[in-house]
Order: sequence, then C-alpha cells, then structure tokens
Amino acid sequence: MAKKPVTFILNGSERAAFAEEGLNLLEFLRRGIGDLSPKYGCGQGTCGACTVIIDGETHLSCLTMAVAIEGRKVETASGLANGKVHPLQEAFMEHFAAQCGYCTPGMLMSAKVLLDRNPAPTRADVIEAISGNLCRCTGYEPIIDAILATANMRRLA
Amino acid sequence: MRVESYATLAEAARAMGPDAVFMAGGTLVMRDVNAGTSASRIVRSADPVLTEIRSTGDGVSIGAGVTMAQALANRDLAFLSSVARSVGGPQVRNMATIGGNIFAHHPYGDFAVALLALGARVVLAGQGAAKPLEDVLRERGRSSTSPIIAAIEVPRPRDPRAFAFAKISRIKPKGVSVMSIAAHLPREGGRIRGARIAFGAMGPTPLRATAAERVLEGQSLDAATIARAAQLACDGLDPPTDALASAWYRREVAGTHLKRLLEKMERG
Ligand SMILES: Cc1cc2nc3c(=O)[nH]c(=O)nc-3n(C[C@H](O)[C@H](O)[C@H](O)COP(=O)(O)OP(=O)(O)OC[C@H]3O[C@@H](n4cnc5c(N)ncnc54)[C@H](O)[C@@H]3O)c2cc1C
Ligand code: FES
Ligand code: FES
Repeated sequence: MAKKPVTFILNGSERAAFAEEGLNLLEFLRRGIGDLSPKYGCGQGTCGACTVIIDGETHLSCLTMAVAIEGRKVETASGLANGKVHPLQEAFMEHFAAQCGYCTPGMLMSAKVLLDRNPAPTRADVIEAISGNLCRCTGYEPIIDAILATANMRRLA
Repeated sequence: MRVESYATLAEAARAMGPDAVFMAGGTLVMRDVNAGTSASRIVRSADPVLTEIRSTGDGVSIGAGVTMAQALANRDLAFLSSVARSVGGPQVRNMATIGGNIFAHHPYGDFAVALLALGARVVLAGQGAAKPLEDVLRERGRSSTSPIIAAIEVPRPRDPRAFAFAKISRIKPKGVSVMSIAAHLPREGGRIRGARIAFGAMGPTPLRATAAERVLEGQSLDAATIARAAQLACDGLDPPTDALASAWYRREVAGTHLKRLLEKMERG
C-alpha cells in the first residue's frame, strides 16, 4: 500500500504522520501517532470502543479512513484531562463506571458530545447517547449515573 | 489497495470500474477494507452536491452523501426523522449516508425501505433523468459496476399522517431490524389513492408488498381492510434466513407487524 501524509489536529495540537492508504483511523492513531486511548473491540462498528470525536461529532475510528481526516479536528479520551482529570472522568471514578475499562474511552467521547450539546440531559437522552457503545462489565447503570451526575455538577458550578 | 479522491462526482463516475468500489460514509465499505476483502480501488468524492438538501416544489432532493444525522437536523426532512433515527447508534448516524443505505443488504437498509414507500427517484451521476428507486434496487448487484448516485428525489407526503414507518428489532434502542415496514397511504375523500407499502429484510432488497397495496387501493382504512392487507403481506415476497431470523419466522410475523402499523395510521 502506498503511504500518504496526513496532517490533522489531535486534541488541539497539529500532528502529521504517514498513513497507508486504506488504513483505518483507529490503527493510525494507535500505531502511527501513539495515542492508545481509542480501543479496538470489533473493527466492524458494533462496539463503540474506538469512538473518537471528529469536528464535534462522534465517529467510529475503526470505520473511518485515516486519509479522510486530513485537515480535521480529532479528539480522543487522552485529550480530556487538561492538567487535572475531566469532570466526566472524575464522575466515572466516583460512580464505579469503569470496571475493566475497555469501553471507557469510547463512553467518555459519547458522553462529552452529549453534554457539550445538551447540558441538562434526561436519563433517556443519556441511554440514547451511549447506545452505540457496548459495555460487558457494568450493566450500564453506573455509567448512566456518572454522566447524569456530571451534568448536575456542572449546572451547580 | 488504492484510495482515489475526486473533486467532482463526474470524475469519480469516470474512475469507477469492475475493480473499484465507491465509498460514502464507509460504515460498510470499511468493514471489508479492515477484513482485507474490499475492491482494490476505493473511489471517494468530496463533491458538495453530495451533501446538498434542496426543497423542490412537492418534494426534497437529498444528496446521496447526506448522513442520517444531517437528515435528522434538517427541517425539510422532518417527515423522515423517525426513519433516520432508527438507523444504528449516534456514531453510525454521524457516518452512514442515505446513498449507502440503498446498497446495504439485510438486516440493513431501513432508510431505503422508507424511500421506496414514498416513491423516491434516484439521480445518477452523469445521467440526466431521475429513475425510480425500484429500478436501482432491482439492478443492484447485477452488474459488476454500479453507477454512482448523486441525489435522491423524495416526494413529500401531503399529509404527514399518510406516511408511517416501523423498524422491528429485538434489541432496544439500537438493534438491527428483523424487518422494517414503511407505508404511504395518501387519501382523497377518505379513500386511499396510490397506496405504497415497502418491506425491508423480506427479500434480497427492499421490496413492495404489491398484494397488500392492491387490497388497500380505493378503500378506506378500516379494520376489515387492514385485516385483508395483513393476510396478504407476504404475497410475492421471499424472506431470507439470516442471523436475526429465519424465513419462516419473518413470514409468520410480517402480517402482524403490518397490521399494527396500519392500525396506528388508522388511529391517526
Ligand atoms: C454498527 C452498525 C449499525 C448499523 N445499523 C444500521 C441500521 O440500524 N439500519 C440500517 O439501515 N443500516 C445500518 N447499518 C448499515 C450502514 O451503516 C447503513 O446502511 C448506511 O446507510 C450505509 O451508508 P454508508 O455511507 O456508510 O455506506 P458505505 O459503506 O460508504 O457504502 C455502502 C455501499 O453503498 C455503495 N454506495 C455508497 N454511496 C453510494 C452512492 N452515492 N452511489 C452509489 N453507490 C454508493 C458503496 O459502493 C457500497 O457498496 C449499520 C452499520 C453498522 C456498522
Ligand atoms: S472497534 Fe470500532 S466499533 Fe468496535
Ligand atoms: S467496563 Fe468493561 S467493558 Fe465497560
């Protein structure tokens, strides 16, 4: 496969690397860039562990071509903590919303976009927002609680 | 493998060939790429016509590259919002396009079912006149090179209550469909004129339930008519067996699901 240069913004900083044509964004981020926060679960779009934010929307990085992010803004879970842990991360710890933790980076991405768009989500909104993210450990309730708690905290703050 | 990006659809259309596949949102094409089973050339296009949504006199022209999320955000497409919302989870809706849905095999292709019931027409890149979606679905997969769809022209139901859609799935909120059903039953003076019913996952492509349509045509939507339409739901359809359901099961339940959808429309 031929390689192409890809220049994009990752968590606020400009990055550039070569990607084989046809390489997916998940592999590109993990192997090419060294951001290990998006996880490989299925490579088929079904698990959501690879969820990243592209230009403000959640996308599945395993189904996105790396060369397609040229010039775009990508956010991953590793960019959430900014000096100190992000309120969502804090709430996930507080509510035991991560057990094995494999789904967590993807969950955090879906939760972040939800709260960015809707600061006062209902429980149903949260369930809908994480409906593309599978968790095999928690049974979802602690995750839903953590996201709702973050929204409540932000409103009080 | 090579990835080719073209500024215009016309160039992309010229680049297609038996060794090439067009990629839109990539939710299906990338699965093949990841598995190493895709065509050797991937053709993409950033042509802005692909993402245009334009209100025409009595309908809407939707660029084939419009995603489910973009359709949900557009007021002119409010009559299709329940359909767009039924596709995948949020991430998939941010990526999955309407053009790609027309080529999705069961259990996918829910949006195409709605388009079929609404009598949508398809504009192919580099070809003038739009043609019925039925023709594109029939030809799907028959030839080695499929044409690129530029846009889909969808007539807007004059009465929004004349259109209804249901996706039947086992897992809420995000499961894929055991089948999907769309019905467009425009009425004139209480009588149904131009009934169109379409099923997804009841054949190799979304298909119309023509026997049920004939029963409804010219009638008012009452319990007796609904019962007769439900009885004939599977007439002429040959449902598949896949990981979600057997052909037998689909045959068993199709009538019941059609009945429920029509009853909901009757209640208004
Ligand atoms: C986890 C998951 C859940 C899903 N859930 C659903 C669901 O609930 N309902 C559903 O209907 N689908 C579902 N899908 C399937 C898929 O996402 C959709 O059908 C989607 O609309 C396909 O569009 P795409 O742009 O991603 O297609 P692509 O992968 O880009 O292309 C799919 C096919 O369409 C062809 N194609 C695409 N655009 C054009 C065009 N403009 N002209 C000609 N050919 C074209 C491609 O060549 C290819 O053969 C799901 C997929 C995943 C991964
Ligand atoms: S790895 Fe992308 S959805 Fe599972
Ligand atoms: S914590 Fe293990 S998969 Fe969610």
